[in-house]
Amino acid sequence: MIELWFVIIAFLWTGYFVLEGFDFGVGLLAPLVSRNPGEQRQSLQTIGPVWDGNEVWLITAVGAMFAAFPAWYAGVFSSFYLPVTLVLVGLIVRGVGLEWRGKVNDPRWCDLGIVVGSALPAFLWGAVFADLLFDSVPAALLGGAFSLAVCALHGAVFLALKTTGPVRRRARVVAMAASGVAVPVAVAALSGLGTFPALAAMAALAAATALIWRRREGWAFTATAGAIVLSTLAVFMELRLRPFPGLTLAEAASGPYTLTMLSWIGLITLPFVLVYQGWTYWVFRKRVRVEGTVLTHG
Amino acid sequence: MDALDLARWQFGVTTVYHFLFVPLTIGLGIFVAGLQTAWHRTGKEHYLKLTKFFGKLFLINFAMGVVTGIVQEFQFGMNWSEYSTFVGDVFGAPLAMEALLAFFMESTFLGLWIFGWDRLPKKAHLACIWAAAIGSNLSAYFILAANAWMKHPVGYEVVDGRARMTDLWAVLTNSTAVAQVPHVIGAAFIVAGGFVLAVSGYWLLRTRAPMWRSAARAALVMTALAGAVVAGTGDMSARLMYEQQPMKLASAEGLERDTAGAPFSLVPGIEIPKVLSFLSAHDPNATVQGTEDLQRRFEQQFGPGDYRPDQQVVFWSFRVMMGFGMATVGLSVLGLWLTRRRREFPRWLSRAMLLAVPLPLISVIAGWLLSEIGRQPWTVAGELLTASSVSPGVSLAEVATSLTIFTLLYGALAVAEVVLLTRHVRKGVEEQAPTPAAAERREPSLMY
Repeated sequence: MIELWFVIIAFLWTGYFVLEGFDFGVGLLAPLVSRNPGEQRQSLQTIGPVWDGNEVWLITAVGAMFAAFPAWYAGVFSSFYLPVTLVLVGLIVRGVGLEWRGKVNDPRWCDLGIVVGSALPAFLWGAVFADLLFDSVPAALLGGAFSLAVCALHGAVFLALKTTGPVRRRARVVAMAASGVAVPVAVAALSGLGTFPALAAMAALAAATALIWRRREGWAFTATAGAIVLSTLAVFMELRLRPFPGLTLAEAASGPYTLTMLSWIGLITLPFVLVYQGWTYWVFRKRVRVEGTVLTHG
Repeated sequence: MDALDLARWQFGVTTVYHFLFVPLTIGLGIFVAGLQTAWHRTGKEHYLKLTKFFGKLFLINFAMGVVTGIVQEFQFGMNWSEYSTFVGDVFGAPLAMEALLAFFMESTFLGLWIFGWDRLPKKAHLACIWAAAIGSNLSAYFILAANAWMKHPVGYEVVDGRARMTDLWAVLTNSTAVAQVPHVIGAAFIVAGGFVLAVSGYWLLRTRAPMWRSAARAALVMTALAGAVVAGTGDMSARLMYEQQPMKLASAEGLERDTAGAPFSLVPGIEIPKVLSFLSAHDPNATVQGTEDLQRRFEQQFGPGDYRPDQQVVFWSFRVMMGFGMATVGLSVLGLWLTRRRREFPRWLSRAMLLAVPLPLISVIAGWLLSEIGRQPWTVAGELLTASSVSPGVSLAEVATSLTIFTLLYGALAVAEVVLLTRHVRKGVEEQAPTPAAAERREPSLMY
């Protein structure tokens, strides 16, 4: 039961990084691929309907840690106090920026908030997990650079996949550039782990580069998503043995009764969540055109 | 001043601030869903206009509720790691359920609603706002069940210095939660009703458009009905407090000694005989325990220490909660009477309705101060002291930094939110909500 809940928490964090990973990338790159307010709206509308639902994966992952492994939850968030504070600041200014930008007279402040608020958590989550594994500042910086670069690549590919016209073209160029950074950083960051998923994640990133070059955007997105899945998996395989300094999973875990109850709740609710979130992506499956956004969301 | 004090301040600041937006999300979501339903049922265009108008105000507010809520979930681990480790087995379950059952539904369907005006069939689109609004209300239930457990822990045992859940059902049907959930949700509907009243009042002073009359009348009904729920469940809460949290009750009444036939103190010096005993036990001669006698008994039970919460804060927050809440509900009942059978809204009433924004907000904040400061010195009643709940490894400098950052950021955002809401209220409905036909031709989602 303890193992199962560890797997579920790893799954929730993976879902969070895959989904909000491209949200962060889009938020970060929107000003770079957009040359006018219409294109800026077009870029941000690719994540408009989904980013908030994606963020709930984080809330659920953290809530599940609290419920299933209270001592782990308490240890991680109290020891990474300032980084987590900055993550929260990022999520606040980003969320408010995304929701308000269509309702203010001058959205420049909101756009700034979206960029800063996407960059901060994209960097810091990687840094926090790397520090949790290696307990060293250089490793944390490298981990942060890795997650920031991968989010940027993932978001650029998503933009290329979900837009038309000049934004799509520029997103492809940015994706190429991002992969030029992401691949070497990934090699440096993941070779420290050396496990099979870590190596496979590098391969997936390399594949994404080739696929974006050949304009296979759908497959390139699959590859970047795969790279995130694999690197998160690699991280959690290490955490399974040592979730937190001086703490084992069994010591951190809630009692069998709580874990059983949580399992039933998860088993019943998660399929519904996956279905209706999947449905959202289906409803908004079409590419976002700049014309369609002239008045929408702004 | 040490890390504990600042951690408490941070919890107070971020939680009170969060709860300025939450009640509006809870109540206004249902109100907007109701307006859109009215549009579907009647096809009257002004309901669509009102849906979009209040929908926009709802979304401006919703953003703040969401982002300030994220802080809450991390804060337990950051500042209160001892508490989290002690309670996680029990307290974490409703939190995880809140995310799985409520937050996913709320945020996903709200995204569909915002962007789905032109992509979804009309009925599916209507269902989305209902799903989002119901999600908000469900989340209130789960978090309040967790909160109620802190004041009246049930369904658990303590093993190796940590609480272990033994009965999830007992946690979810805690009598304290059963009384508190409708009380808080009712209060949220008073806040939302008050907000709609104030906005409608503003427009009734400027125009004779009948839509503002219908919005105001709907808000009056909502506020008055919610007032009845809040009063009824407040009575339930008082009786439970008598049994479960006698120190809070005694502090709220400034009752120092165990007293049979205890009087109800309106303000210091003015007392109504026997009413406190009647409210507490439905028996005018019942004995209500006093703070000093409770203190003596608690010392015998738990060892030396001060088991009394801040008497002034608890005493006055109780009166502010009741007074401001009743004023709002009273205004709505009066309004319903004065505007019965198609009577016009008197201008003074429309003006008074502007007060319906601050009055209930002050009331709910005072209610939370009563509830949570009245719980002190415990985080989990009888089990864990607040002083023992704080993170041992977090320094004063760290808490001071995060407290400063959050306070400044929240202050700036509060200004922005008020400016934004005011501007959109002033804009009114006309220019931003075209007729459905015009919307069809252009882009029906054009306002989002």
